[in-house]
Amino acid sequence: MRGTVYLRRYWQLYALLVLPLVYFIIFKYGPMWGVQIAFKDFNFFQGITGSEWIGLDAFREVFQTQDFYKTLRNTLMLNLLDLVVSFPAPLILAIMLHELRIQWFKRLSQTILYIPHFISWVIIGGIVYQVFGTQSGMINNMLMALGFESVPFLTEKNTWLITYLATGVWQSAGWGTILYLAALTGINKELFEAAEVDGAGRFKRIWFITLPGLKTTIVTLLIINLGNMISIGFDRPFVIGNKAVMDYSDVLSTYVYRTGLESGQYTLATVVGLFQAVVGLVFILGANYASKKLTDESII
Amino acid sequence: MSERVSSRVFDSVNMILLAVFVLLCLAPFFHIIAISFSSNRAVTSGEVTLFPVEFSLQAYQSVFSDSSMIRSLGFTIMLTLLTTVLCMVMTMIAAYPLTKKKLKGRKVFMFIIIVTMFFSGGIIPEYILVKDLNLLNTIWALVLPGLISPFYLIILISFFNGIPESLEEAAEIDGTSQIGTMLRIILPLSLPVIATLSLFYAVGRWNGFQDTLLYITKEELYPLQLKLYQLVQNNMITDLTRNEGPAAGVRATTESLKAASVVFATVPILVVYPWLQRYFVSGVMLGAVKG
Repeated sequence: MRGTVYLRRYWQLYALLVLPLVYFIIFKYGPMWGVQIAFKDFNFFQGITGSEWIGLDAFREVFQTQDFYKTLRNTLMLNLLDLVVSFPAPLILAIMLHELRIQWFKRLSQTILYIPHFISWVIIGGIVYQVFGTQSGMINNMLMALGFESVPFLTEKNTWLITYLATGVWQSAGWGTILYLAALTGINKELFEAAEVDGAGRFKRIWFITLPGLKTTIVTLLIINLGNMISIGFDRPFVIGNKAVMDYSDVLSTYVYRTGLESGQYTLATVVGLFQAVVGLVFILGANYASKKLTDESII
Repeated sequence: MSERVSSRVFDSVNMILLAVFVLLCLAPFFHIIAISFSSNRAVTSGEVTLFPVEFSLQAYQSVFSDSSMIRSLGFTIMLTLLTTVLCMVMTMIAAYPLTKKKLKGRKVFMFIIIVTMFFSGGIIPEYILVKDLNLLNTIWALVLPGLISPFYLIILISFFNGIPESLEEAAEIDGTSQIGTMLRIILPLSLPVIATLSLFYAVGRWNGFQDTLLYITKEELYPLQLKLYQLVQNNMITDLTRNEGPAAGVRATTESLKAASVVFATVPILVVYPWLQRYFVSGVMLGAVKG
């Protein structure tokens, strides 16, 4: 009786939820159910349920494949290098923007520095190819005009790292300032004024007021970054990389694409994807634990 | 006195450095625009840096006379609009009931949603699903799998939660249905966040690439990113395999054409971006508050 009254009153809310729940079940839980093909000898003819169970055979095979370790190493390497190079950039940029006295210049700088964030990796790939190209790229044009040798930014794996990292900084540094700038507006202005009266110079004020004010944000972002060490987007390494630098540009996400969709080894590719998802989950939970310990704030 | 002088020096150096960074940020755009307006000869001989050399509109004539390019642009616009509208409707109808504390089963629903933020089946099972649903090479393969972003859903829920409950109660006492309350009270008060999330969905779809690569093989359905990728990649291969020699001339014909195509695909974003910038920025903050 009470149940019917409840339903008569709230049925509309449940009606609203029907489509979203159907969506989550089909498109989010459907693939999770499909993960079982990691333990099956999958082919499209027999389908997910019809394919034969093979236990951990596919896992054994993946863990014996050299390419798997190579792409795992590359994923960690590129993420780590990215952290070293791309992490400090927005912090420095945000402090510089914060110190600006001329408001219109600040706003204009922000507007321009944010733009690359909205450019797709495919477009960035096209631009990178033109800027870093060996024959007619902008940078090599300038190097040669200054009398230097041209540098194979796209075709030699070690110099390609420069391309990959520089592109990352270009794309993310500006946008990354937003959280820092927001944290900076929370710092009490009187602190700066008091420090000025005490005769603290600009660098001292940055060191003793600005940076401590950003500490929580820095630590939180650092932890999130560390938690994402094993996950790597597909577009960036796929588009910026190429056959000549595969030794470094082939990462887990591109490896999954290559083995699964290009060579049709669905089971092996699913194993790699599952490995990445599980390890990624462990990393994120670990990062969350660290964040709670260090900053009293959970990141998830 | 010297304090003031050093402070001024600091300001000037800071401003000059920032100006340099801003220019560095723009330089790649200038370079690619310069190439797109230059003659092939000037591009291959490495004369083009930031300004066009031997000004030419030929590359743009080719781009605009390429009907597959125009069709791809039209398709991408349609795809983006369709995706944005459907995503927003789905996200809103999911968010509103989940703000109701008295809704039985709310915790279960939230759990179902939050799990998907931390674990997914991966692209291969997703591909198999899309293929089994016979969605390959249809527009729906690019729309349906991403209908609700759990992150944006959480943002919307927390925004709805911030609206005073007394407003809803008043409406309910007046006999307005729950759907009516949502449409007439909640949504009108949420326009800024709706604008922001719509933009994120739209930009995500416009720039999205991986799913187009997986699900679309028919050329009539190539979205702009995939179309552009094919163009860039083909050139990349020619450049890498024939690094020097007679092929240089052949390659150059497509060099400024490629630059023009990149500009062609970038301009729509650059045109709308300045007007919408504040919505994007506020979106980041909404996400950050929730953590």
